[in-house]
Amino acid sequence: MDLLEFARGPALQWAAYILVAGTIWRIFGIVLLKEKADFSEPRARGGLGAALKVIYTRSFTANPFKKATLYPKMLAYVQHLGLFAVVLLFVPHIMFFEGFLGFSWPGLPNSVIYVLGVAAVAASIALLVRRLTSPVLKLISNFDDYFSWFVTVLPLVTGLLIPVRPGFIRYEDLLAIHILSVAVLMVWFPFGKLGHAFLVFITRGTTGMVFERRGAKT
Amino acid sequence: MTTVDGRHAIDREAERLAYKPPEIRHDTQGDMSTEDRVEKAMHHFVKNFNTQTASYLDGCLHCGMCADACHFHVRTDDPRYTPIWKLELFKQAYKREAGPFAFFYRLFGFKKKVTIDQLEEWQHLLYDSCTVCGRCSLVCPMGIDIAGLVSMARHGMFKAGLIPHELHEVAKRAAETGSPLGITPDKFEDRIEWMADEHEVEIPVDAEQADVLAVMSSIEIQKYPQSIAATAKILNAAGEKWTFRLDGFEATNFGMLSGNPEWQKEATMKLINAAIKIGAKLIVLPECGHAYMALRWMGANMLGKPLPFKVLHISEYLSEALDQGKIKVNAVDTSVTYHDPCQVSRRGGATEAARNVLKHLGVDFREMEYGGDYNWCCGGGGGVVTITRADPLRRRVFKLKMDQVEKTEADELLSSCANCRQSFDDSQEYFNWDYKMGSLMEMVAENLEEDGS
Repeated sequence: MDLLEFARGPALQWAAYILVAGTIWRIFGIVLLKEKADFSEPRARGGLGAALKVIYTRSFTANPFKKATLYPKMLAYVQHLGLFAVVLLFVPHIMFFEGFLGFSWPGLPNSVIYVLGVAAVAASIALLVRRLTSPVLKLISNFDDYFSWFVTVLPLVTGLLIPVRPGFIRYEDLLAIHILSVAVLMVWFPFGKLGHAFLVFITRGTTGMVFERRGAKT
Repeated sequence: MTTVDGRHAIDREAERLAYKPPEIRHDTQGDMSTEDRVEKAMHHFVKNFNTQTASYLDGCLHCGMCADACHFHVRTDDPRYTPIWKLELFKQAYKREAGPFAFFYRLFGFKKKVTIDQLEEWQHLLYDSCTVCGRCSLVCPMGIDIAGLVSMARHGMFKAGLIPHELHEVAKRAAETGSPLGITPDKFEDRIEWMADEHEVEIPVDAEQADVLAVMSSIEIQKYPQSIAATAKILNAAGEKWTFRLDGFEATNFGMLSGNPEWQKEATMKLINAAIKIGAKLIVLPECGHAYMALRWMGANMLGKPLPFKVLHISEYLSEALDQGKIKVNAVDTSVTYHDPCQVSRRGGATEAARNVLKHLGVDFREMEYGGDYNWCCGGGGGVVTITRADPLRRRVFKLKMDQVEKTEADELLSSCANCRQSFDDSQEYFNWDYKMGSLMEMVAENLEEDGS
């Protein structure tokens, strides 16, 4: 078994197992905590509608905070949209997903994906610089912040290198490294801050339910 | 060339250049070992954890945006005042001891055990520099209610005997005498008699049956006793069958602010029992922000079942009474800006009530820039105004409020919270500021139409 076979086979397979098991464990560890009933008389309907509302609305910044948070928010949007497009709308990735899902969806032209990928890396670097220089972020950051950044950017960078065909490495080896970097990302995903990808639905959703019920600002 | 001792930074905000005094006061209550304090702090923090709070601690992105929403950080640029940093020890402990991957964190030593020195240091962050105003909760892209977590962290700090002495004393006095300012039922009765005479208003006390139970804040009884008369004038004009009760009149809840759920429950139950005893259909809460949170949103949970009566903040009561024509007011020819008490508006959901009252009063209402739900806190909420050592920081933070108010160029500044009013009065005197805070309820009482009932 060569490196590429290992990456495509057992590495990715075990990473997927860990991703799924870790995610389920983390979500269950949170959602199975005992809940106390809220007996206060509601002012408005909370429930699922309120949760969905805030899951959507909190994607945008309220006016009073726009000026102060514009720069990191823009970077975060570029990073997240870039990642989304690169992972799910890149044709070779779609073909890979089709292999085990059995269906596909339209992708974006490779050139567009490339631009978005480069933009996502650039935004990630800018966010890292901010984390390393802002007094607030320097204070509150920990290993998770930096490691999560690293395992997110690594597959992006290795993936963007593939079409460049750098002379110092064989195409198969570079592809293998790219897939292995994705495996590392998948393994780390449920444990650290990257879990916000699924936790965001719980945090925003529960806030929505509690505060909408009070008729308070969400 | 001179060298400056880096341990003593210059305070450039002081009236005259001065050295910042080192913050070394860490108060402790009770006699327990340091290990016990740490254990109790963490145990009582996670005691009432649910999905919401656990996901909050697990979900923080460390984006730091909450710093931009916090008045303490905005005014000082001190990164320690980043709201989520105030929870750092508790986040650390949760992940190490109780989170879904606690074993993982312990195994690899990713999260160290919290120490007593750290907890003592955090006393300043959890009490002196957080008013639990919840502005940070509105900027968080994950929707984390940081203010709610601070309240939970205070539960831990209280049980570990690690809260500022002043706040502890006030809360203890409230538990022992029924009032944070030591207002006994006799004193309250005296004040009622005085106000009834002075304002020539009938004030029912200890009626055995009434539809409405009116309650007061000790701050009003002590510092703004005219509130008693204003409440009476309004409820009389509305034709309510109402009463004050000497066995349940104190609306403030310093058990809640200090972080002691037992004291919180005792204070709440006094009001609930008094209302049940007289068969009240409604409790009208006074101009007090945290009293609204304590009874309107937390009261039923203290009782363990829905309350058998409604609870309204006085601004909500006024709004409804004016809409229903139970009371009528004369138009007031002045311009007004309104300071929202955080626990009534932003966190309580009653933002529009005061605005509706002002509309009925016909004033030229001037909303502050980003007023209402995004209002800057007065700086004294969450018990901060009781902590004397926090005065310099609180006043520094108040500058934001002054700017917000001044920009409106309104003739009058009103609010509906005696605690805010107290903070405003203190800072107004300190800065010799032109604005003097008034009361929304008192403006209504002063302008009631005689035939309104």
